[in-house]
Amino acid sequence: MSTEARKPPPQIALKIRRILGGKAGWNGVAVQFAFAAILGWIGYEIVSNARANLENQHIAAGFGFLRNNAGFDVNQTLISYTGSDTFLRVFVVGLLNTLVVSVVGIVFATLIGFIVALCRLSPNWLLSRVGEIYVEIIRNLPLLFQILFWYLAVLAALPNPRQSISLFGIAFVSNRGLVVPSPIGQSGLEPFLAVLALGIVAALALRFYARRALFQEGRMIRIWPTVLALLFGLPLAAMLVFGLPFTFELPQLKGFNFAGGSRIIPEFVALTLALSTYTAAFIAEIVRAGILSVHSGQMEAGASLGLSRGTTLRLIVVPQAMRVIVPPLTNQYLNLTKNSSLAVAIGYPDLVSVFAGTSLSQTGQAIEIIAMTMGIYLLISLLTSAIMSVYGWRVSRSLGA
Amino acid sequence: MSDIASNSFVRQDLLTERPAPVKTTGFVGLMRTRLFNSPTNILLTIVGALLLWFTIVPSVRFLMVDAVWSGKDRTACLAENAGFAVGACWPYIQAKLPQLIYGFYPEAERWRVNLTFVLAVVLLVPMLVPRLPAKGLNASLFFVAFPVVAFFLLHGGGIKGFGLSWTADLLQLFDESIVNAGQALLNLSKTSALGPLLWVVGKLVVLVGTAIAWLIFPLTWLRDELQGSGQSVWTDFAVTSLVVSLIAFVLGGGLRTGWRALGSSLATFVAIAVVIKLMGLDHGGLPVVATNLWGGLLVTLVVSVTGIVTSLPIGIALALGRRSTIPLIRIFSIAFIEFWRGVPLITVLFFATYMLPLFLPGNFTVDGLVRALIGIALFTGAYQAENVRGGLAAIPRGQGEAAAALGLSWWKTTSLIVLPQGLRHVIPNLVNSFISLFKDTSLVSIVALFDLLGSLRASFSDPKWSTPSTAFTGFAFAGIIYFIFCFGMSRYSIFVEHRLNAHRRN
Repeated sequence: MSTEARKPPPQIALKIRRILGGKAGWNGVAVQFAFAAILGWIGYEIVSNARANLENQHIAAGFGFLRNNAGFDVNQTLISYTGSDTFLRVFVVGLLNTLVVSVVGIVFATLIGFIVALCRLSPNWLLSRVGEIYVEIIRNLPLLFQILFWYLAVLAALPNPRQSISLFGIAFVSNRGLVVPSPIGQSGLEPFLAVLALGIVAALALRFYARRALFQEGRMIRIWPTVLALLFGLPLAAMLVFGLPFTFELPQLKGFNFAGGSRIIPEFVALTLALSTYTAAFIAEIVRAGILSVHSGQMEAGASLGLSRGTTLRLIVVPQAMRVIVPPLTNQYLNLTKNSSLAVAIGYPDLVSVFAGTSLSQTGQAIEIIAMTMGIYLLISLLTSAIMSVYGWRVSRSLGA
Repeated sequence: MSDIASNSFVRQDLLTERPAPVKTTGFVGLMRTRLFNSPTNILLTIVGALLLWFTIVPSVRFLMVDAVWSGKDRTACLAENAGFAVGACWPYIQAKLPQLIYGFYPEAERWRVNLTFVLAVVLLVPMLVPRLPAKGLNASLFFVAFPVVAFFLLHGGGIKGFGLSWTADLLQLFDESIVNAGQALLNLSKTSALGPLLWVVGKLVVLVGTAIAWLIFPLTWLRDELQGSGQSVWTDFAVTSLVVSLIAFVLGGGLRTGWRALGSSLATFVAIAVVIKLMGLDHGGLPVVATNLWGGLLVTLVVSVTGIVTSLPIGIALALGRRSTIPLIRIFSIAFIEFWRGVPLITVLFFATYMLPLFLPGNFTVDGLVRALIGIALFTGAYQAENVRGGLAAIPRGQGEAAAALGLSWWKTTSLIVLPQGLRHVIPNLVNSFISLFKDTSLVSIVALFDLLGSLRASFSDPKWSTPSTAFTGFAFAGIIYFIFCFGMSRYSIFVEHRLNAHRRN
């Protein structure tokens, strides 16, 4: 007499419950309904109030205003822009300005940050104290305070253009900004750029080939002389053949201001200075923590294998430290980009300043403009975090395998 | 035996003294081991010394040696009158100090600001010293009672009713909104393609609204009666305290164990009554000082303390929501947190200043300061949520399981077991968030509020004090204030971290 296994009872109700309410079951369903009702009610209140308020203020909702003429000027534009362009173009101009100041700020912040981190890690007592003082002072003062300090105190105290400080007769610093020589393209520019691009691609390909040879066949190939020749020799040769790629136009003092050269507006200088020195303090701490996180035994193991100190650092310590450094470092880059919105305080024409500031006060389209501005920043940060999660996945895969 | 003895060697004279080992402690040792032990290090030391020389010496000269310490106006701080290259112009700070601390707060009422500062310090210091007892009472006083008292102290004004009237008002507002939504749906049903469905839903919503109106009718009736009587505040207060105490008594366990809850509830109400009587809230309170007169350090502190007090509950709620097993709540929490963390604070302030008023009913105006406070609370709340979540994740699963085995409900598990341990873990992170919140309060100056930095900037434009060194002096002063606050908080955070990790040190 064999007993057949009893069929499991049908669990349809259980499954439905699970789908609707998660682990919390019917309680979860009830809570969700209540929560959805509250959200719906809040949403309804917002929409109906906004509609009534806009009607009272005679503002037409919608994005149609983007095609209207802006009618104001922007004092730094990367693409051509005049007052008769549309608000959409203002948006693009502001976004580009934000990106420019962020990228320049990120480059300088990384440089200063790594230098300060090296100072703090150096065996020299005095230098590590100097690094510590820098980090403590910068981190404990508000960023806006520092931006205003550079803009209102330091840059405003500079002399006027007629008495401007000359940097080797090439660039001039004054309270009207920084004037630098501007490159002017000549006939040799296009072949020069083409050859330069070719050199970079060839150098990358060579590196790829050398690494494959090293990892798969164990052959060491010395590539740096070839790479140098590719990166510098080829463009030089192109210059000899086709003539100079560009010449520099030096700024000249004419009357009360400079003619020629390109002017970097003081707002940009102040903002970049403040953003890069501020973020550098945080980057320094991140880099220091990352390098300290690598166990000292790694350094000793490298030495016992007969590697030199520099090689140990380059091949053993830094790759491991990078794993710890990169995620918070990206976070700091993101913070810098978001902090660049403080430009509005000194009138640098970034996205918030020209779009959420000037355009908003001209059109009164608060909802659309602020939603667009927030949306752009949100997009940037979500993209970055998506890239970072891919990076984290790769790192964990390489560690786990 | 004997040849061993003859071979043995006993040294008869003392070894010559070896030189003492190189000293590695003290100042000389430090110089030897960490400053001048190699040519590179000597070079680095020189670089460091030069850096310090070119930063510290000019700063000290500016702040102390070359400074002007007294004067009536800008003439005292001009180089041709002083006779030397003038550094800091301290009389300017002296003249502007009231503005930098109080803004345009009326001079006769500034004692209220001072009293609030004193109250805050008196409540805050015992909370920060770990050894002092009664942390629960202290925290509830600081986080709940103090903000209310501070509001009536700083802003002034009185109250018309008490708990009962407020509840009735709120419920009535909610009910009206529901009925309005139903009416809107009914109106929509006349034109929409989904007419009948909308009609049914609209009717249903209106029905619910009417039912609620009948349910709360006793409450609204009582409110109208109370408002009609002469002593509306006190009668309302009596009724509210009676009702709340009774509820506390019943919830606390009735005749068996409810006495304790009843006692504490009555004590709370007595304290509230004393405060109301002292500040004369029942007949108008202190004269109102509109928030557009506030400024300087006052606004900085108000914004940061309000941010700290409001962001923590928001953060805890969001962190719990993000760990919740109920899908909708989890999704909402994640979206909410990621949204606020993804945008810069300045756009949040723009949102609060320009967009929020559009979302509120037209007859409902929100003060400029309150708008900024709402924006900051939401923004910081999202950051705090991530901190709190870190603390919750650090609690081992076994804690929650043990609580479940004891038969505790989710609420009790969370509030008695998980949260107290989790929050303690992340006190340093919370304090670090507060530091960045304190620094970020300077951003309110962009939306036309005069905090410390805004007042400073406004004071630069005063022609009476415009000298070449005015801006530097102002920034030096404000920088010192900001530094003291932030550095103090960061040291406190390190102290707590050290204390929490005491068991890991060996």
